[in-house]
Amino acid sequence: MTQKIRLATCSLAGCFGCHMSFLDIDEALISVADIVEFDRSPITDIKHVTNCDIGLIEGGICNSDNIEVLKEFREQCKILVAVGACAITGGVPALRNHFELKECLEEVYLKGKGVVNPQIPSDEELPLLTEKVYPIHEVVKIDYSLPGCPPPADAFMELITAIKQNREPKLEYALRHFD
Amino acid sequence: MKISNKKTGKRVVIDPVSRVEGHGKVTLLLDENNRLQEARLHIVEFRGFEKFIEGRPYEEVAVLVQRLCGICPVSHHLAAAKAIDQLVGVNQLTPTAEKIRRLLHYGQVLQSHALHFFHLSSPDLLFGFESDLHRRNIIEVIKDFPDIGRQGIQLRKFGQDIIQAISGKKIHGVIAVPGGVNRSLDISQRDTLRAQLPDVLEKSQKAVAISRDLYLSNIEMHQRFGFIESSFLGLVDSKGALELYDGNIRIKDQEGNIFQDQLDDNHYFDYIQEEVRSWSYMKFPFLSDLGIEKGWYRVGPLARINNCDFISTPLAEKARQEFIQFHHGVAQAPLAYHWARMIELLHCAEQIETLLQDEDILGNELILKGKAQQEGIGVIEAPRGTLIHHYKIDDEGLIEKANLIVSTTQNNQAMNDSVREVAQEYIDGQEITEGALNQIEVAIRAYDPCLSCATHAMGKMPLKLELFDHQGLLLDTKTKSGF
Ligand code: SF4
Repeated sequence: MTQKIRLATCSLAGCFGCHMSFLDIDEALISVADIVEFDRSPITDIKHVTNCDIGLIEGGICNSDNIEVLKEFREQCKILVAVGACAITGGVPALRNHFELKECLEEVYLKGKGVVNPQIPSDEELPLLTEKVYPIHEVVKIDYSLPGCPPPADAFMELITAIKQNREPKLEYALRHFD
Repeated sequence: MKISNKKTGKRVVIDPVSRVEGHGKVTLLLDENNRLQEARLHIVEFRGFEKFIEGRPYEEVAVLVQRLCGICPVSHHLAAAKAIDQLVGVNQLTPTAEKIRRLLHYGQVLQSHALHFFHLSSPDLLFGFESDLHRRNIIEVIKDFPDIGRQGIQLRKFGQDIIQAISGKKIHGVIAVPGGVNRSLDISQRDTLRAQLPDVLEKSQKAVAISRDLYLSNIEMHQRFGFIESSFLGLVDSKGALELYDGNIRIKDQEGNIFQDQLDDNHYFDYIQEEVRSWSYMKFPFLSDLGIEKGWYRVGPLARINNCDFISTPLAEKARQEFIQFHHGVAQAPLAYHWARMIELLHCAEQIETLLQDEDILGNELILKGKAQQEGIGVIEAPRGTLIHHYKIDDEGLIEKANLIVSTTQNNQAMNDSVREVAQEYIDGQEITEGALNQIEVAIRAYDPCLSCATHAMGKMPLKLELFDHQGLLLDTKTKSGF
């Protein structure tokens, strides 16, 4: 590829730790900017993804917006990558799958300590929550996964460099961890 | 920007709010003449953490809860750890354990403040609030202001290096265990960190100067921007000094007078309540004494710098005095948060310097044990403000009940009020432009909301949801009336 790679990123039901780990490439961000052009991402003000080479998804699916954003990314990105435990398996947020969604909402908004005006928020501006939290591969096709909670900064570098060089990304042992 | 017509008028949506930690969404309701009817910041994420940690052993909690937030995982790790210390009956840690945790915390606050100011907010301040949207990001800052951009990256890196040295990973490492820590630093780690100090201290002082000068550069507008008046809540130590890791609660009123002081944070529920509103998953905390209407307050750097009588480290104290003199006492302008934030960053750098000279951080008395309790409360000043973790366990040591009040939640009313102020000034009755909408986001960014501790953005709102897998099999359905 001679042109810059166009890269979009987003966080669904994740904690942003995967994005932070990407930023942990520190000053390499400057050299990355030579080969990458950022599209939608929490660090830019572009609100919709368009026509990208790579899309990085952090987090699983917990509401209807996540689904829309995920589908938009799939449509617009040639390569879609599940980044981190939450995107790959649902991660910690999927612990709520052991309970009914209703029970979780009641615990926080009806039974919480010191709660006034107890009610389950239900305004039309709020998302419809999925009954369970899902990994993203259940809904769209995923091309690669970067494991880790979060994946180390160098794993992001390897992914981007490999794609730029038109080769398969290769995660050495040190870059491949699951915690 | 999405504009649609509702029965009530025109609906403008900013979704997602960008360059904040996490996702949020703003809706503005306007009439046909673009007169503002309503402005709201919706926090639309729901995780149900308080429920799903029920039944889990308390030892797990400090590791699990940090996954609430990848920007300030250390704050959640430590707030939970402090609560768990109480569960195991340890009121005072060993000097090594306490100092290792503090060092970790200062590293966390330093990196988060650097990230927030340089990576996320500086594009607005350097290029202008209504500048080209494609320029408003850290990469463009690095191109046009290489010194400032690099400085931000290097400061954040130093904070992350501390976290990694102590907890093994830059994000979601583990160090705190019930009653202490699981290791201390070794000499080579300490020396590597120490070697960076002169540079970090110099850059931290520059950061204060940059944030101050940017603020003063258009002072009339910056002071008016999103202006609201509130009281302030945060921890101070027993002498009234700025305190980030452990102290008692002080509340100052709008005029800057002390309203309540040295409140025991273990009794937070005696003076803080939370209101639920139908349009946000984030609750609205308020002071019980003053009630829902008047009792809301602000937390975070601005609250802490306003609240304390002094800062224990000399450079940050000097910077604080300048800040307070300039504001004639209490500062209310949301954009003053950035200046206050950089003063705290400098304080963290100085505290790190002190701790890295302290032999205790190399010690090996790590853990204490005490008499088990069934309830524990941990309160800490996270980068964005006071953070409360509260757990009850059963006889088996399994979590029975949890209550978390995250920092950003406590700025909920303030952020909404500032959004409304800015919308009044830049949207009301005017043509709606992308730049005008960014003005609203600038106000939100001032608070440095960690919407990640509480969020996910929403797009169009179907009233019925059906989720299919890619082979067309139905995975999930949900309807509004389901709740
Ligand atoms: S995988 Fe880990 S770091 Fe990434 S979003 Fe999930 S909890 Fe956060």
